[in-house]
Amino acid sequence: MTFEEIQNRAIAEWKNLCGETRILVGAATCGRSAGALSVLDAINEELTKHNIDAVVTQVGCIGLCYTEPIICIVKPQQPHIFYASVTPEIVPEIIEDYLLKGDPRPDLALGSVGNKNVKGIPNLFDLPMLKPQVRIVLRNCGFIDPTNINHYIANSGYSGLVKALKMSPEKVIEEVKESGLRGRGGAGFPTGMKWGFCRKAPGNEKYLVCNADEGDPGAFMDRSVLEGDPHGVLEGILIGAYAIGATKGYIYCRAEYPLALERLYTALSQMREYGILGNNILGTDFSFDIEIKEGAGAFVCGEETALIASIEGRRGIPRSRPPFPANSGIWGKPTNINNVETLANVSMILQRGATWFAGFGTENCRGTKTFSLAGKIKRTGLIEVPFGIPLRQVIYDIGGGITGDKRLKAVQTGGPSGGFIPPEFLETPVDYESLTKLGSIMGSGGMIVADEDNCIVDMARFFLTFTQSESCGKCVPCRVGTRQMLDILERICRGEGEEEDINKLQHLAETVRDSALCALGGTAPNPVLTSLRYFPNEYEAHIKEKRCPAKVCTELVYYYILPDKCEGCMLCLRNCPVEAIKGGKRMVHIIDQEKCIKCGTCLDFCPPRFNAVVKISGEHPVGLEEPIPVKK
Amino acid sequence: MSGKLAEILNIHKWEKGTLIFILQKVQRELGYISEEAISEIAKRARISISEVFGVASFYSQFHFTPRGKHTVKVCLGTSCHVQGGPRILEAVERELGIKAGETTKDYKFNLETVACFGCCALSPVIVVDKTVYSRMTTKRVKEILRLYQ
Ligand SMILES: Cc1cc2nc3c(=O)[nH]c(=O)nc-3n(C[C@H](O)[C@H](O)[C@H](O)COP(=O)(O)O)c2cc1C
Ligand code: FES
Repeated sequence: MTFEEIQNRAIAEWKNLCGETRILVGAATCGRSAGALSVLDAINEELTKHNIDAVVTQVGCIGLCYTEPIICIVKPQQPHIFYASVTPEIVPEIIEDYLLKGDPRPDLALGSVGNKNVKGIPNLFDLPMLKPQVRIVLRNCGFIDPTNINHYIANSGYSGLVKALKMSPEKVIEEVKESGLRGRGGAGFPTGMKWGFCRKAPGNEKYLVCNADEGDPGAFMDRSVLEGDPHGVLEGILIGAYAIGATKGYIYCRAEYPLALERLYTALSQMREYGILGNNILGTDFSFDIEIKEGAGAFVCGEETALIASIEGRRGIPRSRPPFPANSGIWGKPTNINNVETLANVSMILQRGATWFAGFGTENCRGTKTFSLAGKIKRTGLIEVPFGIPLRQVIYDIGGGITGDKRLKAVQTGGPSGGFIPPEFLETPVDYESLTKLGSIMGSGGMIVADEDNCIVDMARFFLTFTQSESCGKCVPCRVGTRQMLDILERICRGEGEEEDINKLQHLAETVRDSALCALGGTAPNPVLTSLRYFPNEYEAHIKEKRCPAKVCTELVYYYILPDKCEGCMLCLRNCPVEAIKGGKRMVHIIDQEKCIKCGTCLDFCPPRFNAVVKISGEHPVGLEEPIPVKK
Repeated sequence: MSGKLAEILNIHKWEKGTLIFILQKVQRELGYISEEAISEIAKRARISISEVFGVASFYSQFHFTPRGKHTVKVCLGTSCHVQGGPRILEAVERELGIKAGETTKDYKFNLETVACFGCCALSPVIVVDKTVYSRMTTKRVKEILRLYQ
């Protein structure tokens, strides 16, 4: 089949589908965990009950994870209508009212997408969380069936590949260079230039690797893209492979992403069927195949030289560069490694042209960046914004501000390799250079919001625990340095810190940063360095006053029952796992501090109308010895 | 050698670079990597036992002791940490009476920690077998684990 025939078939199928009533159910991992599959069952049941003809499709995530499960109903010639926080109980109402009676239920709808307006329902993309966004990488997520290649093709999919195959490889590289695309895996290296190195490297056997290890523990951009639009990435892989002259490709995907893996396997077999993968792709003399490698759980394998070792079946240990993978990678052959999101951008650059792409973002950072917004923020989810957007707009307009209207403490970007950004820098534009200037990094797109209830010292300890346990142990600065830093941080969190510790930490952090073999060690000190730089008060409170201002560090916190608030309801007493609470019906309860394991169960169980259990830090609780009757 | 192990090892060609894949296959089918599996793999791949164990022990995915019937994984990634993941872990530990990395005596549960399932927007998260439970609270721990008792 020629591509034209494939395309015509896909478009015909898509048109046919658009002539029917469709229900799209957001069923990516996040949607599923919020109950999307039971919503799906309820929908099918309801359709059968009323004998309604409708096509129900599981789609990827549109990014509004905070209000999953999300469904979308599309009647022929009508706009898409999105409903959020859908439960199986509400499904019959929506279906009966909209599909049988023609009432789209504006009271339940979140927004609509299409050229017509629906009375009482705002345009989805005009909502505050979506308005500042630009969807290039996420263009199809939530709108097409990720298990059907025809949906992708009908929406201009693979036209970028077809265009590339008619150009010379050098011209394709030129186009990517012109677009200004920089690698989205963290370092921001210009993609076109990287491809040029690999193209020029001598050898007939070359490899292209798509890095889908997504090691940052708090990031899910790549997972969402792979689950929602796998072909968007695969088209980019093919274009890259053609440009550098690769014969074989690997997708290195972490095993914690079973659904993403499933989507990839399905996509690959559909591509083979259409002759878009394998020998003589689309009738040209370009041949290329892709193999999926499942990661086995090691953060360091995201680093390119470790990743190569892991693909070769060895321990994932980095080596020093040069030689760079472009010259000597898998089995010593020239190898090009790109991140998932980088490649998803490539397919759009070829489809729409470098000039179009370069129209987004800033002078030095073209295009968009996806972020996974999580932590103490109202609207958590997956977002895509043009480079240069001020941090404030991301946190307050898109994210809706801090949960419970608490005080923002810090925005953490770049995960274990990045740093904390305090509120005074909220006007900073989001781009590689500006974040680096603050001591953090752009990273791959994790963005975690911490509020006044989070302890910065505890978070620094958390990141160090992670990097220390993921350090491969090959180089001394990282193996020993992260251990030493962690020891000090643990001591401070236990209230055993000494004044000298701050200087020691600073010195160690700088040494590890400047001398580690790979970027895991080189960036591991960032959380420590930024926390010391912006939050010295928190360290001092822990060290000098033995107080954790956020009341997080267990050893520095006591639970205490306020005698004048306790109503003697016995809920905390009954649920305490270690029987540390004394009391009785209508007696003021007392926590035995010797027995207390500080699990916080009493705080969870104390009814909000009493609010009698409190956490205190920096002072020892003194109070009643024995329970006394509750005052009337 | 157990029949199943032989079966798995027989169907795979020993190409360069397949070691991790074979280990994953063995673990998926048999639940863990036994000593016998390691020495048999070493023999067939013509590499030393220490090399096979070296690779297997490098990656956190591989286990060397039999697994329980259900696996409870508690996420301790950044977002889950910020939202109280450590307290969820403590609650699960208390409920099952084991620590992270251990298996209950009756081989019903293993408890593991994981750094992120990519479900951070709905943290804290735990995964039992293949089901993801998001927005966890310490109160829900008991309820959910009971489903698997
Ligand atoms: C410790 C460590 C972990 C990394 N993890 C990832 C990852 O999970 N995904 C990724 O794409 N890049 C990761 N990188 C960056 C890669 O080494 C590499 O720079 C990137 O995949 C290149 O792709 P790009 O040019 O498209 O950004 C990691 C780097 C380090 C040092
Ligand atoms: S941090 Fe727990 S799912 Fe990502």
